[in-house]
Amino acid sequence: MAFDGEAGPVKVFAPTGALGMGFLDASLARAIEWQPDVIACDAGSTDSGPSHLGGAIPKMSDAAIYRDLSRLLKARDQLGVPLIIGSCGTAGTDSGVDWTADIARRIASETGLTFKLTCIYSEQDGAQLAERWAAGGIAPLPGAPDVTAETFRGCDHVVAMMGAEPIQAALTDGADVILTGRASDTALFAALPLMRGLPPGPVWHCAKTIECGAVCSSVSRADGMLAVIDETGFSIEPAADDAIATPLGIAAHTLYENADPFLIREPAGTLDTTAARYTQLDARTTRVEGSTFRHEPYTLKLEGAVPVGYQTVVIGGIRDPLIIKQLDPWFAEMRAFFAERAEELTGLKLGDRLLLDIKIYGRDAVMGDDEPAPVPASEVGVMFTVTAPTQAIANDTARFVAHVASHWPIAEWDGFISGIAYPFSPPEIDRGKAWRFALHHVVQDVDPLELVRFKSEVVGAA
Amino acid sequence: MTRLADLAKLIRSKNAGPFWVTFDIMFATDTDYERAAAAGVVTKAWVAETYRVPEADIILVAHPNARAIKFSFPRRSVQGDPGESDMYSGQQYAPLMDLEI
Repeated sequence: MAFDGEAGPVKVFAPTGALGMGFLDASLARAIEWQPDVIACDAGSTDSGPSHLGGAIPKMSDAAIYRDLSRLLKARDQLGVPLIIGSCGTAGTDSGVDWTADIARRIASETGLTFKLTCIYSEQDGAQLAERWAAGGIAPLPGAPDVTAETFRGCDHVVAMMGAEPIQAALTDGADVILTGRASDTALFAALPLMRGLPPGPVWHCAKTIECGAVCSSVSRADGMLAVIDETGFSIEPAADDAIATPLGIAAHTLYENADPFLIREPAGTLDTTAARYTQLDARTTRVEGSTFRHEPYTLKLEGAVPVGYQTVVIGGIRDPLIIKQLDPWFAEMRAFFAERAEELTGLKLGDRLLLDIKIYGRDAVMGDDEPAPVPASEVGVMFTVTAPTQAIANDTARFVAHVASHWPIAEWDGFISGIAYPFSPPEIDRGKAWRFALHHVVQDVDPLELVRFKSEVVGAA
Repeated sequence: MTRLADLAKLIRSKNAGPFWVTFDIMFATDTDYERAAAAGVVTKAWVAETYRVPEADIILVAHPNARAIKFSFPRRSVQGDPGESDMYSGQQYAPLMDLEI
């Protein structure tokens, strides 16, 4: 939408960093009094790992979503402004959107609220993406794994991260409440201000700043932020009375979970914060000016998760210094035995579709080969993780691993030892299905609305 | 000598998406930030050696407005792959703490 230079300011309210994390009632009350033009927040991220996408498993509980969503639906109703929730169900799968919509309908039926609900789905068909890949329409981003057409078909779920345009289409269509599949967090906040004709530099930088809620303020609790965007920049303050927004804190927020704090890619182009100036406007408010947005060929980022099998975990501890001084050869010997025994029992070669990972907590479990001081403590924890094509094979393998490991001999003791202390009986813990992220790619030459589907309804009408 | 951990107000590491990890070293005052920046101990060469990644893959930036030094590189294994040790990459910053300024 073209900037005509006459747009009025737009007030954006981000109630919390993620729906379900909570926020203070007092902050919400203050935000309502402040009269925002739009309320938006995301409900997801890839940050919690591949199982939320692969298994379409929400990170937040039904109760946590219900509590936050019910308060926001009431606030929206009172103000008569749109409420936009992105990346529903954590990964933004179709089932995540439906799950959140069900909660919204339940809230409506229990409170008597009515609203026009638009769901925007962004889950993709792996087979269609495979064709697109084969035709050269999908490109890797820096750090992407190697993929083949089979990778796209093998994903349990693939989502395309939508930009602001589908949300704008829903707003134009009169939606009161918009629940989206996977969306760029910033797009939720940018959609309305861009429609009102505000320039994209301040809009996208504001959106980037506000999307984690009060994390960019002086308090790190889950709570809200208020921002006014105008033609030359934006001004931002915390919703809570006892918090402040400082130039340092707002500038520092461009660092968070971001590879490059100056160049931030969105579907429609790149936000450049290099020339941004941060100033203190009053005791609680920071002003930001000078960011620019460079329009580039439209791309949509894909996220996909493929199954890697089923896992069983065994946790134990070792206290004997004679064992601790020879951990590597001890585990290397037993691993060689495990490989033989695994093939006898399961017909699978260890290291192919059957994996055994051994971590030594108290030495180098956290940093692995990067650990600069891999010196074991006086007691160490050991975690075995078996990954196998079925849960039964994972559990069977873990059972002999746990048993054999605990009695594996060392030369210093003559006789049958018990070298690992297990806290549980049985020591094996089944983790269920596991996934890995398989895509870090963008769809090119794509229309902003091409990969989304809309579904609207009036909720709560008599 | 002063350790980086003594000078910084916050040193942290975190995923920047499932395929990248990013490190932030933040300071309470301009003086501390300038002292750390001038010391020049956080270099691409140091990052490459410590985290065993090619220098060409590393983004290293100074951010005076945020009083921060920041670097990022592609994770050597993708977040959550079998064998994952740090799902959020939240504990990968420890080697920075002992750098001498």
